[in-house]
Amino acid sequence: MAHIKLLNEELPGIVGLLNYRPETAKPLLLLAETLLRGPSSLTSGEREIIAASVSYRNDCHFCHTSHAAAAAAHLGSGLGLIDEIKAGLPNTSVSDKLRALLDIAHQVQKGGKHVTEAHISAAREQGATDQEIHDTVLIAAAFCMYNRYVDGLGTWAPQSNEAYKEMGERMAYVGYGKNT
Amino acid sequence: MPHIDLPAEYPGIRNLFVYRPETAAPLCSLAQVLLHDPHPTLSAGDRELIASYVSNLNTCKFCTSSHSAIAKHQLGSDLTLVKQVLADPETAPISDKLKGLLKIAAKVQSGGKNVLPEDVEAARKEGATDMEIHDTVLIAAAFCMFNRYVDGLATWQPDNETFYDKMGEQRAKEGYKPTSINFTLTEELQKS
Repeated sequence: MAHIKLLNEELPGIVGLLNYRPETAKPLLLLAETLLRGPSSLTSGEREIIAASVSYRNDCHFCHTSHAAAAAAHLGSGLGLIDEIKAGLPNTSVSDKLRALLDIAHQVQKGGKHVTEAHISAAREQGATDQEIHDTVLIAAAFCMYNRYVDGLGTWAPQSNEAYKEMGERMAYVGYGKNT
Repeated sequence: MPHIDLPAEYPGIRNLFVYRPETAAPLCSLAQVLLHDPHPTLSAGDRELIASYVSNLNTCKFCTSSHSAIAKHQLGSDLTLVKQVLADPETAPISDKLKGLLKIAAKVQSGGKNVLPEDVEAARKEGATDMEIHDTVLIAAAFCMFNRYVDGLATWQPDNETFYDKMGEQRAKEGYKPTSINFTLTEELQKS
């Protein structure tokens, strides 16, 4: 049970919180929509992988599984991607650029000052642009917020990977904060 | 030097807002709702203290200095009170309710799962409402984002108390609407 009395306790994870406080829900959803589905030279699948991987490192089951399911929907890869992200993508074909950006995201997860010039140079060597580095840092930082929000208020989360399939498809194909 | 090519004249998060207006819009709007818009029970000053306290735990100089100055102006106090809160909320001259909320904020900073039912219960005993607990958790979580954003891109963070104080006065008055942000303070800073 959540630490506070939500309006609808059946809604899992961040969904119940967004429903509880619509004033903060609005910018939180617009931020996710812009970062994960807005115009970018990184694909939405790549950006959802960054979100899911940071959430896994923050031990946030709801955010990790739902965003990994969204990545799977974007990439058409099947739900096996959820456990692949946990393991560091050993059997998934992703670009060296994405691997370098994930390194930066994992530093941000530990703390902003952990990102060094060496991490940035390594990403640049794989072709990462300034905007891709900027967005990677902000996606990782934003999930350090969403994860703490979801777990800090003690929300509940479905356990199985399969339970997130439809949610991930909705996040991928419909988006964040869309009513249709 | 910043990790990416940013316009040289703006400090901290301001620089990042100018660089990427698409993400600046929801970020400013989130800060506006959490810290500046009217709240049924938590004053803007108390909310700024939470922001400043968490930023200090994350060792983010720009965010700590800015939100300390905004808290000072919102509370109509001097910086001594803010510094006492940053050093140790337990011995600072603030309400027991705010002490309880700051304890929750510190738990959020170290990780969401660290907030325990007894932390929430303790704040409730001092009169904290569900909305106050919700907003405290989200302010603390949001500053775990803002701090990482500002430090993760190694933005320029001035060492000039007068600059932060003037900016704090302006933010306390005008809030965080992107349209209200003007850059004259930065120009003054460069001349000083």
